[in-house]
Amino acid sequence: MTQELHRLKETPSQTAGPYVHIGLTPNFCEIGGIYDVDLGTEMVNEQTVGERITICGRIFDGADVLVRDAVVEIWQADNAGLYNSPSEMRGTADPNFTGWGRCPTNSEDGYFRFETVKPGRVPFRDGRLMAPHVTLWIVARGINIGLHTRLYFCDEKEANAADPLLLRIEHRQRVETMVAQRDGSVYSLDIHLQGPKETVFLDI
Amino acid sequence: MSDNSNQRPETGAFFARDREWHSPALTPGYKTSVLRSPQRALLSLDGTISEITGPVFGHSMIGELDNDLIRNYARPGESAIGERIVVHGRVLDERGRPVRGALLEFWQANAGGRYRHKKETYLAAIDPNFGGCGRAISDDDGHYAFRTVKPGAYPWPNGVNDWRPAHIHFSVFGHGFAQRLITQMYFEGDPMIWKCPIVNTIPDRRAIEQLIAPLDWGQTIPMDSRAYKFDIVLRGRRSTIFENRLEGN
Repeated sequence: MTQELHRLKETPSQTAGPYVHIGLTPNFCEIGGIYDVDLGTEMVNEQTVGERITICGRIFDGADVLVRDAVVEIWQADNAGLYNSPSEMRGTADPNFTGWGRCPTNSEDGYFRFETVKPGRVPFRDGRLMAPHVTLWIVARGINIGLHTRLYFCDEKEANAADPLLLRIEHRQRVETMVAQRDGSVYSLDIHLQGPKETVFLDI
Repeated sequence: MSDNSNQRPETGAFFARDREWHSPALTPGYKTSVLRSPQRALLSLDGTISEITGPVFGHSMIGELDNDLIRNYARPGESAIGERIVVHGRVLDERGRPVRGALLEFWQANAGGRYRHKKETYLAAIDPNFGGCGRAISDDDGHYAFRTVKPGAYPWPNGVNDWRPAHIHFSVFGHGFAQRLITQMYFEGDPMIWKCPIVNTIPDRRAIEQLIAPLDWGQTIPMDSRAYKFDIVLRGRRSTIFENRLEGN
């Protein structure tokens, strides 16, 4: 016999279900008057430092049908590559940038959309710089545990080529499933939950 | 067990998630998962600063009635109809330490099992005094509490005759984005739990039991509300004593 570790087990995940909006974005689903605004709708204000961009995308299921009942959250560094979090020990992030956003996929055209700034680079655990990226977390009916992935930027070719995470992707043609395309100030990325175009999802 | 003010914030990576304990992505008994589950293996990676950091929310964002679902949507002087209950518990990490400042958001159906959502068509009546959402932030001891009515079971189009057990959805933010969790709480003694295809996506019975809140008689408020206790465990962090150094640290 050995000593017990006395570790608790993580609470198991369950699907967010089709009515996730009631809890996370009540104003979006017409439950007004409880919260002034839905959390995560405003990431920037007039003082936020950095290049203003829009990030948008759609989510498709294994039959290439739009997932219109998902909620997407993003988490990213500020323009200088600092996170607005108490665990950020490298400096103080831009106080006018939350770094975190939440948006439901639209019930008509299926798009999620974030008004944000382009993130600076942050280091990997060994000190190598990662390419600019945004962490995405997706929940929906039919998804038992939230899916993590990242969005990278098509105009950061050099940084992407040296990114420690992207370099770990063995099947190189899958790298592009995480790279958003640019049109003006809008970056867009389609996420495929399943099938030949399946997005790379992460266990982190 | 609250942290000393001169203690550095925790910056270690999180323990790897035990994906045998959680549901797999593909669980055909829950039909929607069939086309919404990735088929390729996840790309595994020890937490980088992008995942060990996360947003933290201040107590100032919480309104006076945010943790009172009986009153936060009710007309003045009225209240939601149903069995009045208090749900409370602690947010802990896998090392058993309280997670202070965790944001919890909850949502649920009303006492008849009807959600206030435009896509919901169940014939049970809407309660004009019940919205169905609330939120709270855990205190220095990791404790949270809210007041609501016990939700009803409701039928859903999965099998021909599937019904969800009474449940409350929870969304939790800890201190790192890698701890992000959405789950559902069930009620002690509900015979519907073991028939539910969504509950049964979880492979281990002990893991299912972790989602069942016991009746907490000691916290029941006489002549007012019964109480249920629901503790939530988030991923623990490695101690940083011998942690690989992040650049700039």
